[in-house]
Amino acid sequence: MTRESFIGHMKGLEKDIVGMSQMVVDATRRSVEALKTRNPDDAKKIIAADAKINTRRWEIEEKCVNLIARQQPVASDLREIISVLSIITELERMGDYAEGIAKIVLMIGDEPLVKPLVDIPRMCDKAIDMLKRSIEAFVRRDAATATAICAEDDEVDALYEQVQRELLCIMIENPKTISRATPLIWAAHNLERIADRVTNICERIVFLAGGTMRGLKISTY
Amino acid sequence: MTKIKTHDLDLYYGNFLALKKVAIQIPDRNITAMIGPSGCGKSTLLRCINRMNDLIESVRIEGQVVIDNENILDPKTDLIALRRKVGMVFQRPNVFDLSILENLRFGLRIHKRMGTRSEVMELIELGLGHVGLWNDLKDRLKANARSLTLEQQQRLCIARVLILKPDIILLDEPCSALDPIATLKIEELLRVLRKDYTLVIVTHNMQQAARVSDYTGFMYLGELIEFGETNQIFTNPAVKMTENYISGQFG
Repeated sequence: MTRESFIGHMKGLEKDIVGMSQMVVDATRRSVEALKTRNPDDAKKIIAADAKINTRRWEIEEKCVNLIARQQPVASDLREIISVLSIITELERMGDYAEGIAKIVLMIGDEPLVKPLVDIPRMCDKAIDMLKRSIEAFVRRDAATATAICAEDDEVDALYEQVQRELLCIMIENPKTISRATPLIWAAHNLERIADRVTNICERIVFLAGGTMRGLKISTY
Repeated sequence: MTKIKTHDLDLYYGNFLALKKVAIQIPDRNITAMIGPSGCGKSTLLRCINRMNDLIESVRIEGQVVIDNENILDPKTDLIALRRKVGMVFQRPNVFDLSILENLRFGLRIHKRMGTRSEVMELIELGLGHVGLWNDLKDRLKANARSLTLEQQQRLCIARVLILKPDIILLDEPCSALDPIATLKIEELLRVLRKDYTLVIVTHNMQQAARVSDYTGFMYLGELIEFGETNQIFTNPAVKMTENYISGQFG
């Protein structure tokens, strides 16, 4: 087979994406867990771990730049590298959102929550599920699944709206809760943004699979 | 670890100074590519490493070429041993008008490495196996080597070098006679060989240098302008002239 080493590098990029996405999944899950338990130690660990996600992004980007400079990729090889460059940027930003939730945990401190967390963990589960499946679709070059995942973003948006509505009601009823309720809206917003960025990844998968560059958001929100 | 080191290397063809104070350190078990426009001295430098330039009458060399801490420009150097240790592959596959088997036995014979028939066959199998030819050729070892495709002939030339168990393999434009697919196959072979050998390749094809090498040296008018890791040379060269050359602005 020709270009075996190049193919090896491309497979390596795929593994890098899978590995980096796992780091983001862990950070997101642990950040919401820390919010539920209001555990500042866990929150600090998540904040520290974000630096590793950022470093990973630069490492993968450097590999991509070297491959472009040295291997002159074309066609699907080129699309894959361009997609990887884009996906790592999305993943890095998702990591920042998880870090943001960890910072919110520190901000809230040991104040009691204004309400038990129900929809925020659901948003988290849904966003993580979308992310995991999008990365599986990336590995399979599965444009159909990627397109379907995009449509699921509406579920996360609906949950976000629900969280906002509920917390607004609580704040209107008792303005003293504003300082404790607002950070929860920010946390929900971060999760909503994570799901949004999954849709960007899905757009890249469609580009990778078929070469079409187009937005896939079919949102009703 | 450095395998080959040159120090203040000057080479004259008559009065023409073809290499100017070249100082380079070529790492062990890696592929080093030398690039630069025609006449820049890259092939001349390559031929210093196994003293092929000695064959040209008007050549005068000053400075040092050190391989494994030994200055091979020393007049006492055993040239036969040097050329066994430093094999060379040329631009066009230079197979002899003999059978595949005889092509391989030839090197062993002139280097007095002929053992028993089974020892020789073992070496030949290993050599051809290493270059990915054994399965294709094992049943037709008596066929004339010229009946092979150009790519197979070049592989055979590499096998002929390998069975002498060299440390270093010099490749002077080894793919310039080959089509793109055959070129990629030879490049893949070089990537495999780098685990066991120090390879130095001269190429006018910058893309090939970028694809295949670990280190790259850029030469211009007999001078080594820049030497570094290939990633660095092709993404962030330190010298403007290197950048101008690799981006096609001259040369």
